[in-house]
Amino acid sequence: MILTSEQVRKIAALARIKLTDDEVEKFRKELSVVLDYVSELEKVNTDGVEEISQVTGLENVLREDTARLSEFRDAIIASFPESKDGFLKIKSIL
Amino acid sequence: MEEKNITNEYTPVVGLEIHVQLKTKSKMFCDSPNNPDETVPNMNICEVCTAQPGTLPVTNKEAVRLGAMLGLALNCKIANISKFDRKSYFYPDLPKGYQISQYDKPIAEHGYLDISVDGVVKRVRIRRAHLEEDAGKNIHPEGLGYSLVDYNRAGCPLIEIVTEPDITSAKEARVFLEELRNIVRYIGAGSADMEKGTMRLEPNISVRKPGQQELPNYKVEVKNINSFKFAEAAIEYEVARHIEILKEGQTPKQVTMGWNEKASQTVEQRSKEDVNDYRYFPDPDLPILNLSDEFISQLQSALPELPAAKRKRFKEEYGLPDEDIQNLVNWKELTEYFEEVVSEIQAWVKAEHTNEDMLKLMKMAANWCLQDFSALLNASKINPNESRITQENFAELLKHIADGKISVTAGKKVFSEMFEHGGEPDHIIEDLGLTQISDTSEIESAIDSVIKSNEKAVLDYKAGQQKSFGFLVGMAMKELKGKGNPQLVNEILKKKLE
Amino acid sequence: MELAYLEISELAEKLRKKEISSVELTKYFLERVKKYGAENGLNAFLTVTEEEALTQAEEADRILSKDPNASFLTGIPYAAKDLFSTKGIRTTASSKILDQFVPVFNATVIEKLNSERSVLLGKTNLDEFAHGSSTETSAYGPSKNPWDTTRIPGGSSGGSAAAVAAGLVPFALATETGGSIRQPASLCGVSGWKPTYGRVSRYGVSAMTSSNDSPGTIARSVKDLAYTAEILAGHDPKDSTTSVKDIPNYAANLRSDLKGVKIGVPKEYFIPGMQPEVEARIHEAIQKLKELGAEIIEVSLPLTKYGSLVYAIVTPAEISSNLARFDGIRYGHRSEDAKELSDIYDKSRDEGFGDEAKRRIMTGTYALSAGYYDAYYLKAQKVRRLLVNEFNDVFEKVDALVCASVPNVAQKIGTAKDNPLFGYIADQLNIPASMAGLPALSVPCGFAKAEDDSSVLMPVGLQIIGPQWGEQNIFNIGHAYQTITDWHKKYPKGFGE
Repeated sequence: MILTSEQVRKIAALARIKLTDDEVEKFRKELSVVLDYVSELEKVNTDGVEEISQVTGLENVLREDTARLSEFRDAIIASFPESKDGFLKIKSIL
Repeated sequence: MEEKNITNEYTPVVGLEIHVQLKTKSKMFCDSPNNPDETVPNMNICEVCTAQPGTLPVTNKEAVRLGAMLGLALNCKIANISKFDRKSYFYPDLPKGYQISQYDKPIAEHGYLDISVDGVVKRVRIRRAHLEEDAGKNIHPEGLGYSLVDYNRAGCPLIEIVTEPDITSAKEARVFLEELRNIVRYIGAGSADMEKGTMRLEPNISVRKPGQQELPNYKVEVKNINSFKFAEAAIEYEVARHIEILKEGQTPKQVTMGWNEKASQTVEQRSKEDVNDYRYFPDPDLPILNLSDEFISQLQSALPELPAAKRKRFKEEYGLPDEDIQNLVNWKELTEYFEEVVSEIQAWVKAEHTNEDMLKLMKMAANWCLQDFSALLNASKINPNESRITQENFAELLKHIADGKISVTAGKKVFSEMFEHGGEPDHIIEDLGLTQISDTSEIESAIDSVIKSNEKAVLDYKAGQQKSFGFLVGMAMKELKGKGNPQLVNEILKKKLE
Repeated sequence: MELAYLEISELAEKLRKKEISSVELTKYFLERVKKYGAENGLNAFLTVTEEEALTQAEEADRILSKDPNASFLTGIPYAAKDLFSTKGIRTTASSKILDQFVPVFNATVIEKLNSERSVLLGKTNLDEFAHGSSTETSAYGPSKNPWDTTRIPGGSSGGSAAAVAAGLVPFALATETGGSIRQPASLCGVSGWKPTYGRVSRYGVSAMTSSNDSPGTIARSVKDLAYTAEILAGHDPKDSTTSVKDIPNYAANLRSDLKGVKIGVPKEYFIPGMQPEVEARIHEAIQKLKELGAEIIEVSLPLTKYGSLVYAIVTPAEISSNLARFDGIRYGHRSEDAKELSDIYDKSRDEGFGDEAKRRIMTGTYALSAGYYDAYYLKAQKVRRLLVNEFNDVFEKVDALVCASVPNVAQKIGTAKDNPLFGYIADQLNIPASMAGLPALSVPCGFAKAEDDSSVLMPVGLQIIGPQWGEQNIFNIGHAYQTITDWHKKYPKGFGE
């Protein structure tokens, strides 16, 4: 599986990572190596096999609907890179 | 239920995506408060809903219950096995960089809702309803070049309801939304208030050409709609826009539009050039939901009477006009209040009155609820159960009016007084001296004195001038200081003049 | 009396007998941490919490003076991998994107150790966000193997393993996703416990692969691991994937023979390219287990070779999602160069993440993207199901499996650099059990010559894998082995003894 530069750029854009042209080429090669490595999986017959996404076998893990104000609220706001009147401040979205 | 009768007209094809905020005490996956009315920014945040490193979600049981209830109310099949997935995209109001939602195994599927539009019943199919968490709110102070983010709403529980594209007019959409809002409120799942944003609508709109059978090959999504009125207006606007384009032999662009309230039109937001790739996958942090048939049937039997059933019953039991019924049903708390007034009336009417009287009283109760009571409640922006008038006193007042103890006009005075200050109608009637005179001898002597001092009018009446009768009634009422029972005054005067 | 290489139980005994106080113990180990653990030494520690440690030690001494039944961990110093959230204490995940990040809350396991009055001395180095098997992907440079400081300590919990190996702390918190405890424990000649997935809370551990991540410990003996396990294990209402199963008294239940125990030796774990000397050590260890009374059974796990491939898809996929929150918006590094909103994302992430993190984020993004999901992620999760089934079948027949922890001894620093497959290959013997969520240990079982330098002897680790929730099985085997061997008592020269 050989990726094209175009594909790498698209992936990087989805992942929100800015790449230079050199990096695109570097990652293109490295990601291709990884994809090549995993391509062996095709050899395993998985017909009729259901995927597993969790191994614990747990289900219906639910919490009661009780609310409380967090003791960490102020500290979280204090750790915002920028804030204003309790809001998080960022560059304009519009 | 694909449209069977293909017409020779342009037919709107509308599907709705509706987000409803579930009314729980805490958020979907953490115990920060879920309070849509919070005004202090970032008050209800914690390490989980701001996605601090290492934090994990834990599902709110009540949100699952409400989601399943709403699914059942929408005639959906509730899935035994459902699960949560991660939907990835970057936005400042989305702390984790993904939203926990349900992708291929939603909690509810394959439902429908029957709505009645202009007397015709129409079935709108529900494709699915799934649980998810809300994002925060981005605020853009005008002209300041920065944005602000408030995470109070981030992580609050939502249910997203997706209909099939069965809706064929803006009015149908509106009726559907109203019915859905009522259902949400009846089962106590939320306030479903579009103005407050606890119910949000994104219609997908397209138009079929005359004779076209298949679904159009494009659709336009409209965002930023925050009232039923705008929903109707936006759909109408879009449909008209599409027809115009189609008539020119072109196909409308597949875009996302926004409703511009001031201009009363839709405005293109952004062409979806870069296709979203949400990279859904099952959230490994959340074990699957496995709802037993027993649990589901318990919920089913716990469903309260829904608006459709209520409408049917109100018609059958109380014989109310359709419009009154709908107006009542649209206000859940008023309907509840009305029914409590009705049962008060039933309690004392039972022994002494005929069935017909009862129906008359029901209608009276409905009218008073919808007119005087609604007006007063709306003016002071409160719900019926917050008013000072108890259901018992309400019923008693109606009884006095029906019995002729007081006039309707006097009743209105008493009602205002009860609304303002509370109190029992008997006391208020007494305090204000509003008791109606139904003592025939008192009325007779008043009429005698009126006939004596208004000879000309009496003669005019006898000569055939009907309006003189009205004059004489007025004079008699004046004599009785307005408290005479009008029916008796009429009867006695007529007899005396014969 | 030297204390550096004593086990927890020995130190606890001294505390009880008042031969030493927790404050003295803490000062003693802090001295060692500062002397050997810093950047100019093993580079095992990223942050030293001297002040907090002394306060905690004083509190521990108060408890110890009042309560003769205080737990074994009371007053014992430890270190935590810098992936555990520690309130008010910088927590970097060895990433620039969290360079100055100070968490507002404690991880659940930190809370548990706090309530035992264990004493946190500092935060240890790791591969960036635990992505790696050598600590070379750390933004703060690699840690060094105390047995030969030109070699890697393994990873990602390399700082924790090096710290225990050099006697800088009696035990350390670490995490595993696919070998990150067993592999460094093996390369550094110490004992490491990778719990059953769901046995120990992940709350407050920065997520790598949420379906695998298992916080555990590295210590000087299996008995010490068992002590820590009793404290760390258990249901956490903040982690929906933790089990409510009872926690056995692991340490008290330990036995010194293995009569009636069936131990499987999976032939597929003796892979081509394995160092012959490592293989020899494993066979010697198996012989010892036999002497202890165990029945040794050869078993087959044919899907073993696919474990790393499944891992190489599932792990980056989950990473791409788990690292999305590091976006420069709410906390952590925000690029100073950001002129508009999109720069906050793109530049903060570009500047903040190292190459390995970027590589995994992008691989995972690709594996989950439209059109590729079925071929990669879904396929991998199907094979994962088969791997789980295969383990379940074999554990019908045996109580545990043994094999090498790592096919080779520690390599030179620099070997892993720019090899995008290094971790997947280094951890190939650990990964299958990780994918199935099984508990496992690595215990020292001798030494082998370095592949590139026959004059250097480096530690070899024996891996013991148990069935799901079968911690007791592996602790029993590891402990019995350590009662008749002394490999776990060896320590490297040059650290003050």
